[in-house]
Amino acid sequence: MRSVPDWLRRHPGLAFGLLAVLLAVLPFIVSIGLGRGWVRVLDFALLYAILALGLNIVVGYAGLLDLGYIAFYALGAYLFAWLSSPQFGLHLPFWLVLPSGALLAGGFGVLLGAPTLRLRGDYLAIVTLGFGEIVRIFMNNLDAPVNITNGPQGINLIDPISIGGFSLGARHTILGVHVFPPTFYYYLFLFFTLFTILVAMRLQDSRIGRAWAAIREDEVAAAAMGIDTRNIKLLAFAMGASFGGLAGGLFAAFQGFISPESFNLMESVMILCMIVLGGMGNIPGVILGAVLLTVLPEALRYLGAWQRAALGHVVVDPNDLRMLLFGLAMVAMMLYRPAGLLPSRQRRREFRAEDGAAEQEAASLYDAKA
Amino acid sequence: MRWAYLGLPIVSIAVATLLAGCGQGKSTAANEATIRIGSVAPLTGPQSHIGKDNDNGARLAVDEINAQGLKLAGKPVKLELVSEDDAADPKTAATVAQKLVDDGAKAVIGHLNSGTTIPASRIYHDNGIPQISPSATAIAYTAQGYNTAYRVMANDAQQGRALGQYAVTKLGAKKIAVIDDRTAYGQGLADEFEKAVKAAGASITAREYTSDKATDFTAILTSIKGKTPDLVFFGGMDPQGGPMAQQMKRLGLRAQLLGGDGLQNINFLKLAGVDAEGVIASSPGLPLAAMPGGPAFKQKFEARFGPIQVYAPYAYDAVNVLAAAMKRADSAEPAKVLAELAKTDQSGVTGPLRFDAKGDIAGGSVTLYRVKNGAWVVLETVK
Amino acid sequence: MDIFVQQLINGLVLGSIYALVALGYTMVYGILELINFAHGEVTMVGAMSALAVIGALLGAYPQAPALLVLPAGVLAAIMVCMALGYVIERVAYRPLRRAPRLAPLITAIGVSIVLQNAAMLIWGRSYISFPAILPHGSHPILGAVITDLQIVIVTLSVLIMLGLTLLVERTRLGRAMRATAQSREVAELMGVNVNTVISATFIIGSALAAIAGVMVSAYYGLGHYYMGFMLGLKAFSAAVLGGIGNLAGAMLGGLLLGVIEALGAGYIGDLTGGFLGSNYQDVFAFMVLILVLVFRPSGLLGERVAQRA
Repeated sequence: MRSVPDWLRRHPGLAFGLLAVLLAVLPFIVSIGLGRGWVRVLDFALLYAILALGLNIVVGYAGLLDLGYIAFYALGAYLFAWLSSPQFGLHLPFWLVLPSGALLAGGFGVLLGAPTLRLRGDYLAIVTLGFGEIVRIFMNNLDAPVNITNGPQGINLIDPISIGGFSLGARHTILGVHVFPPTFYYYLFLFFTLFTILVAMRLQDSRIGRAWAAIREDEVAAAAMGIDTRNIKLLAFAMGASFGGLAGGLFAAFQGFISPESFNLMESVMILCMIVLGGMGNIPGVILGAVLLTVLPEALRYLGAWQRAALGHVVVDPNDLRMLLFGLAMVAMMLYRPAGLLPSRQRRREFRAEDGAAEQEAASLYDAKA
Repeated sequence: MRWAYLGLPIVSIAVATLLAGCGQGKSTAANEATIRIGSVAPLTGPQSHIGKDNDNGARLAVDEINAQGLKLAGKPVKLELVSEDDAADPKTAATVAQKLVDDGAKAVIGHLNSGTTIPASRIYHDNGIPQISPSATAIAYTAQGYNTAYRVMANDAQQGRALGQYAVTKLGAKKIAVIDDRTAYGQGLADEFEKAVKAAGASITAREYTSDKATDFTAILTSIKGKTPDLVFFGGMDPQGGPMAQQMKRLGLRAQLLGGDGLQNINFLKLAGVDAEGVIASSPGLPLAAMPGGPAFKQKFEARFGPIQVYAPYAYDAVNVLAAAMKRADSAEPAKVLAELAKTDQSGVTGPLRFDAKGDIAGGSVTLYRVKNGAWVVLETVK
Repeated sequence: MDIFVQQLINGLVLGSIYALVALGYTMVYGILELINFAHGEVTMVGAMSALAVIGALLGAYPQAPALLVLPAGVLAAIMVCMALGYVIERVAYRPLRRAPRLAPLITAIGVSIVLQNAAMLIWGRSYISFPAILPHGSHPILGAVITDLQIVIVTLSVLIMLGLTLLVERTRLGRAMRATAQSREVAELMGVNVNTVISATFIIGSALAAIAGVMVSAYYGLGHYYMGFMLGLKAFSAAVLGGIGNLAGAMLGGLLLGVIEALGAGYIGDLTGGFLGSNYQDVFAFMVLILVLVFRPSGLLGERVAQRA
């Protein structure tokens, strides 16, 4: 917190104002400075922020390690595709489809949560991983005997989101300026990100949030204090999943095409990485993690250009090095800040405390043994 | 005031912006007479060897055209190939497509997979940029009604039909087992093959599935063996096809193995070893050796990049089709190039190149090969 | 009947490879309670370095006998992987030993991305084929066939598992490992050098991974820088199925998973009347895994862990 200048700390309103203005003009700055491709990257950063915040409810708040989160994203995306694409000839409005996607995903969250309540830590991780793969495999194969998902070919020509006849999927000229779809989607995603932040914040400080923290730290003690651990855990699964479903719907509308390969295990793992890398349980940290892990691989595309700028010619093919550097950066960041780049206040306190406390905390998180 | 931390992601974007910008400033200031052409394929991940192959094919063509000297509207111009990695991921593909559009690419050769080609085609279409895929075979790609979408490869229906008819009428197969790898390519090809087989009067005795990451097929092959088919068709690529041929022999499954263009390559021969003998696979177009410029292409390519993996000749042809269209239009302006692209009628290293109204390759002949003494030998070309 | 026997053989061979890799996961987990996500990639490095050495030897001496070339390749793979296992632990896990549980998971994922891409740089993007130096004999058994290579793989796996069990149960190092697994602090107080034990665990696990890697590439005839990912995932599932942290569990889990996969792929179609086919093979395997865990939350042989009290 010391890194925030004093004058900003004294005027929180001003800080928010600055932030709001910055967020509002960001796509224009980025598209002028870097090109529209980067607005699309920005869109994905926001989309992943929603996903990471959703998963953070399950992993960061309730302490349930979930490696199949992408399944909910897939469900949301497929529901959107089913209800507004030529697949079944349905073209329902987005304000009906998006909430249904969230609801469906939430339902499946409970479905996943119910049989796994007794599982802890790494056993839960493998079961959720299996659940994620099962959903993907079904999506990949439900083109026969009845064609539901169109199998590996994916569903194409999904309707873009259109608000009162104003389609976000087309370019419009506003005040003489050409504005392109990624910019419209930026504002839509920003709105949903802010909504997610708001919900996550309110949840964190609510009765439910405290119950989650209690379960995370010690489930037996939590039960002894009269917390209905079963329902509270299921609620975490459902809440987290519905944000996944929401993000999935947004993704489907934005891309216009979905296929099962977008929902593989690596996606789940990357979202988990965003949370842990950013700082589990801490909303700004999670957002930072999401933005960083989305932007970094794209920024590393310029490796060739940097080499040319610095050395005059390209020494190593950037495509050979890009992901290698990405992996190294992940390791380095984690070694540099083991509790995440922006750890939650509680976690920081525990981590800085004497070793014993850290040990205890390390043991209590996601662990069956004690 | 920890909410001020929210500024951090923005700062990190700003830093990335700066980093990217300092790279970009240099490259956009390039010579006016440079025409950028995008080349997109997976360059990381499990399919990167095929992706790099496409990229190399396109690069060879670009370098040749530059060496010969390309003149548009009286001025000499240079083509610059901008290679990007889409990691075979649809989301990355869309991002890369947008990046190429921003970078001022006048045309795009790519993408490799159908799953990436389709979402990217929308962005190229919205920006009026011609796209020629060397290897995407899904029917849906050119069925979207985009005037910017072309491919120099037969689509699943064209190739699956040819293979199915050949299996029944020429090879005399009556009971056929079909395996596919559950990718857009493998499933699309296998489904079209199955349709053609049924239409020709043979029966499908087993339909089995694997994945594009699998190496063990003993379970499905054992199950197929129990149904005693005369022919096994595999819709998929060489990394699976090679071990599959070995495991068929090992299990004593003596049916003919038949595959598409995913198997008809040197890598399959390497991976299947002695068990490749007798396998039949197809490749769209005409044999490289039979085409003018074909053997020369093979020689130049292998001297520079090593053996051809799969689709490099198609990427090479795609660039040449594009350059020819630019020459005819006497401009690199996408709208003018698109008008000329539709009129393409030339001979490439993979066969005669003409497009139908949708942007698919017209005529669509398919050549069948059989492995004999460790090499692919032409059987015949069918329509 | 012969088809059923054949499927059992298919499953057992696959399963014994899973078991060898699963042992690496379970040993590390038993001691550090850490999922070493990079273990699959260590297997890949083993396979690739063996292929490189065998290829180089055959290139220099085309007539070299397989009995000489193969052990040289395996030995090289073991050395490389042991060094790699040691380095991974030192660089990516040891500094995080007191960090929150999920931190080393992220470095593990980072390490596996690095290993994959480094392997791509070193050995190229293409698939590498395993040279044809292996015996090709096959034997009829109960109406099915089993090849020499399959017999070698299963026998070798069983021998290695027996050896490992002896090592853990009968030697000083084994006792130190068991002590460390029970309680790091107490083991330290008893004079066990915990760091050495942990390093040894990683080194042994990596050596097993190297052998498994060579087996996989010999059995399927290929090597590729991406081959470790799926294998690692399957082996990890096998370790959890058997009860992670438990050596016998890893072996049982591996064999079981191999058989489940083979039977699943072979019989789902017939059992469901063609409604579901072999495309649901993994669904079937995961369903079994989930069912086992729902009824036995610590895996088949895992200790019944009391809820924290």
